[in-house]
Amino acid sequence: MVKKLPKTDVVIVGVGWGGGIIASELTKQGLNVVGLEKGQERQTEDYYMVHDELRYALRYELMQDLSKDTITFRGNEKMRALPMRQYGSFLFGDGLGGAGVHWNGQTFRFLPYDFNIRSQTIERYGKGKIPTDMTIQDWGITYDEIEPYYDKFEKMAGISGEENPLGGKRSDKYPTGPMKHTPSMKMFKKATENLKYHPYTIPSANLSEPYTNPDGIARAACQYCAFCERFGCEYGAKADPVVTVIPVAKKTGKFDLRTHSWVRRVLHKGGRATGVLYTDVTTGEEIEQPADMVVLTSYVFNNVKLLLNSKVGRPYDSSTGTGVIGKNYAYQVVKGAATGYFDDKKFNTFAGAGALGMVIDDFNGDNFDHTNLNFIHGGYLALTQTGARPIANNPIPSDSPTWGKEFKQNSLKYINQTLSIGAMGASMPYKQHYLDLDPVYKDTFGDPLIRMTYDFRDQDRELAKFTAKKSKEILQEMGADKIDSMEELGPYNITTYQSTHNTGGVIMGADPDTSAVNNYLQMWDMENLFVVGASAFPHNGGYNPTDTVGALAYRAAEGIVKYSKNGGMLA
Amino acid sequence: MTEDKNEKSGAENLSRRKFIRNSSYAVGGLAVGGVLGSVIPWGTENDDQKQQAGKQIKNYNHALMFFSQAEFQTVQAAAERIFPEDENGPGAKELGVGFYIDHQMAGSYGFNARDYMVPPFFHGEKEQGYQGRLKRREIFKIGLREMQNYSHQKFKKGFTELSEEQQDNVLSDFAEDKVNVTTISASGFFDLLRSTTLEGVYSDPLYGGNIDMEGWKMRNYPGDQMNYTDIIEDDKFHEIEPRSLRDHM
Repeated sequence: MVKKLPKTDVVIVGVGWGGGIIASELTKQGLNVVGLEKGQERQTEDYYMVHDELRYALRYELMQDLSKDTITFRGNEKMRALPMRQYGSFLFGDGLGGAGVHWNGQTFRFLPYDFNIRSQTIERYGKGKIPTDMTIQDWGITYDEIEPYYDKFEKMAGISGEENPLGGKRSDKYPTGPMKHTPSMKMFKKATENLKYHPYTIPSANLSEPYTNPDGIARAACQYCAFCERFGCEYGAKADPVVTVIPVAKKTGKFDLRTHSWVRRVLHKGGRATGVLYTDVTTGEEIEQPADMVVLTSYVFNNVKLLLNSKVGRPYDSSTGTGVIGKNYAYQVVKGAATGYFDDKKFNTFAGAGALGMVIDDFNGDNFDHTNLNFIHGGYLALTQTGARPIANNPIPSDSPTWGKEFKQNSLKYINQTLSIGAMGASMPYKQHYLDLDPVYKDTFGDPLIRMTYDFRDQDRELAKFTAKKSKEILQEMGADKIDSMEELGPYNITTYQSTHNTGGVIMGADPDTSAVNNYLQMWDMENLFVVGASAFPHNGGYNPTDTVGALAYRAAEGIVKYSKNGGMLA
Repeated sequence: MTEDKNEKSGAENLSRRKFIRNSSYAVGGLAVGGVLGSVIPWGTENDDQKQQAGKQIKNYNHALMFFSQAEFQTVQAAAERIFPEDENGPGAKELGVGFYIDHQMAGSYGFNARDYMVPPFFHGEKEQGYQGRLKRREIFKIGLREMQNYSHQKFKKGFTELSEEQQDNVLSDFAEDKVNVTTISASGFFDLLRSTTLEGVYSDPLYGGNIDMEGWKMRNYPGDQMNYTDIIEDDKFHEIEPRSLRDHM
């Protein structure tokens, strides 16, 4: 028997950045919101023993238990999709705050080019520049339209930074000044200036100074303790939903937060969502939560999974390119990087912060001429100092042994004498890259897993070679004695960590035929259902995605409030 | 830039007292509760000193939860070849890596408790990752047996009886899949042995390896420090006395 609860104004599914922002904005406007989170409660006190690399970074303490839910993967439609049985390429956040807890805090805006990628690429290079099966499209929103929401997210989170000389126009400066500069960052800055590039400090959600945000939330400054990515912050200095937006929502008295609540279906009737069905994972009880509006705010894969399992929207069909749910899955191209070994310089690489680094955008977006290049877009190049923890960081020159006497000697020598330059390569969508339901494998409740069909393409291989070459040139200018850089990208491999920057599947746009949601993230096919997250990105830009996820969540919140008053399609 | 040994003094140590001072400075007048508020009452150093003064402490952690004695000897010998003792400092054996691996295999990691182990199982491409039905603890048992067999076959002796060069030879053959084993992947077993060895060398001593933080000391890794604000901009390389999570109790 399903237990049916009293109706609420809004139910949100997943309480990370998206859910937290929606909850705080809606409850401030007087709406009653139920937040359903399948994981556990989290708080700053949990991180008393957080400086534990094995537990958090290698055993994935803050990540979803894969024995209960995962995805399946194949490189192309001819292959048999098999489950991702262990973590590798990307990680699923779990519990209150979601992936917003274990992130590094690098908070970039996408470029104006990203939002009009198709029209601007055609305008500058002609239609022939876009391969026929590359399904890039404009986002249905311009940079100028999304700018106020970026500003809102950055002020809520207290982002520390300085203006990007090659970025879109800002309506205001960052709320806090840039992070401190380490010696390696100074070397990167000098080298890139010598090469006539435009370095700036990475915009950071690890606060450079104490900060009180417009909601009255006060947070302490970052201590550069070197435990950010895959860890929670014991100081509350790193912006995450648990220390920013969730307390604001709770304070209104209108936010009913339920953890251990695993949503399995969006319920709907006559083209309107009526609520959600979820399982209390502590008791196994099935519960129906009716609501006037439903907002999906879980991770990319789960947003798509819920829609497909609930039979909402038109599933994507790769043979015809029609349908939208699951379309335009994209990722990130980060392997086009280089590592420099310094024979007589030592760096305090054990210290750092998740978003501590210098970056250039000279080879990002369309900031450079692609006329004679076999790819579009690009990526930022950055030197970061995030804290080199000892199990995962044993840099050795590529031609040296990986175990034994010589390995030990090399790894001990180079650990504090190695600097890397990384690329955050953009990822373009293709007709053959998509998410659908796996026909064989199921989650712990018997629901089909999401199946990913994805591989690197010529576009990615060319882009990665290009960024690797540029990274190497910068390291040469920095005076590295020996440099290893990527030579061939190879096929996409799900076993090695790359980034938790998965995008697409419920993409936004101006045309209901080619997109799933409008620019308020409202479903074209179900006006009282909103789908928030990087699932809305029609492609992935050359940056970390969180700032754009946050901006779109604020935009969606505004739309939901509007919709709650007047109804109807918002765009 | 060579480090100045004279700098390696108490002043260099970002001590607990200094941390409290620094963080109260950094936090300013903000009311920040949570962990920050609760780090103040530390008291273990005195307790530890008292214990050490009395007698040599027996390490009750050094017993076996999973391996047989013979398996343990083999694991320890193999881990030592992966991370050998040298002029830089101790190797895997002295760092307690054998006990670390034993304890890991006895727990959730050995049982693949948080991995998706649902059938059906099919061979996949290497880009799709591990697709076997065996758990890590089973792979270890089979791998160690195969290593013993292979040592006897090639050198007429058990693995622990071999010379260092012969042991390296056996391990290389596993690493490069030159050994014909059926139920597991030889290189997959070697990779597991290598990754757990490095974990045992460099994880917090609370897990049984990295005894006395000697693994960290070899590479000047300071372990669990609360704060690097004072040195983050510094050009000089800092050698900081390491701390472990034990210091939080």
